[in-house]
Amino acid sequence: MLNTVQRKMLTRRLLQTIPVILLATFSVFMLLKLLPGDVAVTLAGENATVERIEEIRSQRGLDQPLLVQYGQWVLGAVQGDLSESLLSGEPVSTTLARVFPNTLFIVLYAVALSVLVGVPFGILAASRAGGIIDRLVMVLTSVGVALPNFWIAMIFVVIFALNRSWFPATGFVSPFEDPLAALWYATLPAVALAASGMAEVARQLRSSLVETLQSQHFRTLHAKGLPFRSILWKHGLRNVSVNLLTVISLLVNRTLAATVVVEVVFAIPGMGNTIVNATLQRDFPVVQGAVLVMVLTVITVNLVTDVLYSILDPRIAQR
Amino acid sequence: MTDTPTPPPPGQPAAAMPQRIDRPGFFTRVLHWLIDDPVAAIGLVVLIVICSCAVFADQIAPYDPSLQDYAAMLEPPSAAHLLGTDDLGRDVFSRLIHGASASIYAAVLAVGVATVLGVPVGLIAGYAGGWVDEVISRILDTFLSFPAIVLAIAVTGVLGIGLTNAMLSVGIVFAPQLARLVRARALVLKQELYVEASQCFGASPGWILRRHILPNAIQPVLVQITLLMAVALLAEASLSFLGLGMQPPDPSWGSMIARAYIYAQISPAQMYAPGIAILVTALAFNTVGESLREALDPTSRH
Repeated sequence: MLNTVQRKMLTRRLLQTIPVILLATFSVFMLLKLLPGDVAVTLAGENATVERIEEIRSQRGLDQPLLVQYGQWVLGAVQGDLSESLLSGEPVSTTLARVFPNTLFIVLYAVALSVLVGVPFGILAASRAGGIIDRLVMVLTSVGVALPNFWIAMIFVVIFALNRSWFPATGFVSPFEDPLAALWYATLPAVALAASGMAEVARQLRSSLVETLQSQHFRTLHAKGLPFRSILWKHGLRNVSVNLLTVISLLVNRTLAATVVVEVVFAIPGMGNTIVNATLQRDFPVVQGAVLVMVLTVITVNLVTDVLYSILDPRIAQR
Repeated sequence: MTDTPTPPPPGQPAAAMPQRIDRPGFFTRVLHWLIDDPVAAIGLVVLIVICSCAVFADQIAPYDPSLQDYAAMLEPPSAAHLLGTDDLGRDVFSRLIHGASASIYAAVLAVGVATVLGVPVGLIAGYAGGWVDEVISRILDTFLSFPAIVLAIAVTGVLGIGLTNAMLSVGIVFAPQLARLVRARALVLKQELYVEASQCFGASPGWILRRHILPNAIQPVLVQITLLMAVALLAEASLSFLGLGMQPPDPSWGSMIARAYIYAQISPAQMYAPGIAILVTALAFNTVGESLREALDPTSRH
C-alpha cells in the first residue's frame, strides 16, 4: 500500500518523534524540580518528621543523580507507576485512567460538532465568496475565535439549564454506563467548546477552498464547461480534504486544552478538574502525571495526523 | 527602522545607503491602511481605548475597585453604578476598567517573552541550518506539544500561584510559534543575492542576521504577535477564572466572571460585562492582526 518514498518518510517521522518524547518527558519530570526548596520536605507535607522526610527522599530516589532519577521515573511511568497522590494516597495512574476517558469523550463530541457544523458553513461561504452568507460566516467566525469558552459555557448554563431546564447544569455520566444520558450531560459543554471550534473549521475550510477554486487548474475545469457544482463537490473538496485533516488535528489539540477550563464550569470529573484541583491543593504528583498524559496525547495526535497525511497525499512524502 | 547611518564595524563593508525614491512616509502608509480597511481602524481605536483604560485606570474609574459597600450589594445598573455592583458592593464598572490593566499586562508579558525567546532562536535555526536547525526544530516540536493553559497551570502550581508566573509559562509555549515563522523566513532569505553578497564581503553572521534577515522577516512576526495577543488575553482570562492568575482583591475580567457565576441565579447580568470586554478586546486584536496580514502581504487577498 505504501511506496518506498512514503515508507522512508514515515520512518523519518517516527524517528523524529523519539527525541520529542524524550524532551517532553524530561520537561515534565523537571517540573517538580522547579519547586523552591527541598522537594522531599514539600512532598512530605506539613509537620512531617525528619525520619519521614528521609524515608521519602530514599523511597523516591531523590538522593540519586538527576539523570538516574529521570531514568527511574520514566521506567516507572512506562509500567504505569506515576507514584501516589499526596492527599488521597491513590496511585496517580488509577486517577488518570478514571478521568481521562471522560475528557476524551467531551473532546471528541465537541470536535464532531465542530466538523459537522463548520464544514457545511465553510463550503457555503466559499461557494459564494464575497456574498452575504460568506460575510456573515466571516463575522461569526471572527467572534467565535475570540469567544472565551468558559464564558459562553456559563451563558449556556444560565439560559438552557437554570432558566429552562433542558439540560443539566453540572455533572457527568460515563458513556460506558449510559450512552444516552452521557450525551445529554455532555451536550452543553461540547457545544460551548465547539462554539470556537466550528468557527475555526469554517474559516480554514473556506480559505483553502477559495484558494483552490481560484487556481488555474480549476479555471480550466470551468472553461471546459463543467458545472460549478461538480467542480466544487468532485474536485474542490477532494483537494481540500487533506487540509481539513490538519485543521481537525489542530482542533483536537486546542479543544483538549480548552476542556480544562470548561470542565470546571460543569464540574465534570475529567483531566481539567483533576489538574486544577491538584494544583490548588499542591498535590504535585497528580499535576505531573496529568501534564504528562496531556502532552503525550498531543504528540500522539500530531504523529497520527502526519501518518494519515502521507498516506492520503503521496506528494507530501516527496518533499 | 531608523535611517541614521551607523558606522560599519571595522573590517566590514560600508553598506551603501540606497536612495529611497517616492516611498511614502510611515504615517502616510498607516493612514492609507486604515482608510482602506475601516474595520481595522475600529479595532485599533478599541485597542487604544482599552490600553488607555489600562494605563489611566485610577483616573477614569469612578470608584475604588476594591471599595466594598455592604449597603449596595448585587445592585442592577443605575446612574450611580453604571454596570451595577457585585456581591461585595463593589462598582462593576470600576472593576472592569481596572481589569483592563491585568489583561493588557498579561498579554504583553506573555507575547513579549515569546518574542524575546522565539525570534532569535528562529533566526539562528533558519540561518545556521544543518544539525543546529535539526536540534532546535525538535525542541520547538516539544514545546509546541504542551497545551499552553495546561503548562501554565502546572508551572503556577509549582512556582506559586500568580499572574506573572502563569503568563511567563504561556510565553514559553508561544515562543515556538514565532520561532518557526522566523525560521521559515530565514531559510528563504539566506539564499537571497544580497545576503550572499554580504557573505562574500566578509560580513559576520550576526551582522547579516541583524541587518538583512531580521528586517525582512519582521512583517509576518508583527502579524503573529498581534494575533497571539488575543490568545494570551484569553489564556489570562481562563487562568484568572480558575483562580490561578490575578489574585483577589485585584480585579481581572476572568476572576470577575468566576465570582459572578456564583450569583448567576440572583443577578445574571453580572457576568455579561467582563465577558464582553474579553470578547471585544480579543476581537480587536484579531481584526487588526488579520488586516495587517492583508496589508503587508498583497498575495493573501482573496
